Amino acid sequence: MSIPISMTVNGQPVSGSVEPRTLLVEFLREQLHLTGTHVGCDTSQCGACVVIADGVSVKSCTALAVQCDGSQVTTIEGLANGATLHPMQQAFNDHHGLQCGFCTPGMVMSAVDLVTHAPNPTDEDIRKGLDGNLCRCTGYQNIVRAVKAGAEGMRTGMGG
Amino acid sequence: MYAFEYHRPSSLDEAVALLTSEDIKPLAGGQTLIPTLKQRLAMPEALVDLGRIEALKGIRKEGDAIVIGAGTTHAEVAASEVVRGAIPALARLAGLIGDPQVRNRGTIGGSIANADPAADYPAAVVGLGATIHTNTRTIAGDDYFQDLFTTALDENELITAVSFPIPQAAAYEKVANPASGYAVVGVMVAKTAGGVRVGVTGAGPCAFRATAIEDALARSFTPEAAKGVAMPADGMNSDIHASAAYRAALISVLASRAVAACGG
Repeated sequence: MSIPISMTVNGQPVSGSVEPRTLLVEFLREQLHLTGTHVGCDTSQCGACVVIADGVSVKSCTALAVQCDGSQVTTIEGLANGATLHPMQQAFNDHHGLQCGFCTPGMVMSAVDLVTHAPNPTDEDIRKGLDGNLCRCTGYQNIVRAVKAGAEGMRTGMGG
Repeated sequence: MYAFEYHRPSSLDEAVALLTSEDIKPLAGGQTLIPTLKQRLAMPEALVDLGRIEALKGIRKEGDAIVIGAGTTHAEVAASEVVRGAIPALARLAGLIGDPQVRNRGTIGGSIANADPAADYPAAVVGLGATIHTNTRTIAGDDYFQDLFTTALDENELITAVSFPIPQAAAYEKVANPASGYAVVGVMVAKTAGGVRVGVTGAGPCAFRATAIEDALARSFTPEAAKGVAMPADGMNSDIHASAAYRAALISVLASRAVAACGG
């Protein structure tokens, strides 16, 4: 059973054919070759696969691609404007919000969603907002600093 | 994942017509079902995606109750001005489920149909005295949860909405598992025209009313009255996260906190 689907990914219309069991993350990585979205745990705990679908952050390892037929999806590849990083990406860079970087795409996407819905988050808001994202390197302190700076960057339209 | 078939009905009637055997399962937000399929703990041959059925979505005030469509996400309930205004404890409960991404896709109907013993919504269904609306009938919240992952729903009966009577006051208190966010124990205390209700999740095989605490609170609606009730550990869940005795003790403690949060 193969089902034709289409969606808008990072502003571009895309289409493909998937089996019902194909996960959104598999469609993004294997058909669209957008490998910035990572699979960490594949059990919806780690958040490395977070993308924004229809305006909210979702774990793309816990959504079927067919469920997202017709959706607007933004992945980590869709944030930067050419060579200019998105304020949240810039803030993670400036504040060393990563070490190995595996969790970073999901962290950044969750952070962008958090700040979109709460433009001026407190440290507690940030920690709660990143409940669904695990980082095994940093101990989170610099991630919280980065998200705070990224929020300011998003408010002012400047890099973090 | 193993191969299965997929249907995407646009109406409730169409969905019901597709659910013709126990090997065909409805898919709501998928936040439990998809991980379950990955692990092959369930292997239905087809899924019926309820995600495009508009009639299942939305929140409205209807008389003295808040009616929430089965397909409404936890994030929508948590952010709803209607829910926050009428039953803030319910909005708070929804905002404590899982993590932000789970709340963005998981639905109230899916949670209640699944009846995980540690899910949050069951405490609200029982504690607020909700009514479950299905495609064939209505079921009282008190009669709905029957055992571990077992409800009063018939095979392939679909929840369409959950109706919560607006209480005079209510509060939900929970000790969450720090990894999963599931309730080790969660307690909803509600002051209603019909008396005090105490709904408990996480402690037993399914949600239940702590009638001994309800009786104590009917006499004196104070944190001390709730805390003074020793709940029996018999039949409580026991696992690596908490013993049966610890869970039993938590019920009284969380009930007393909820009473305090109600202003009792």
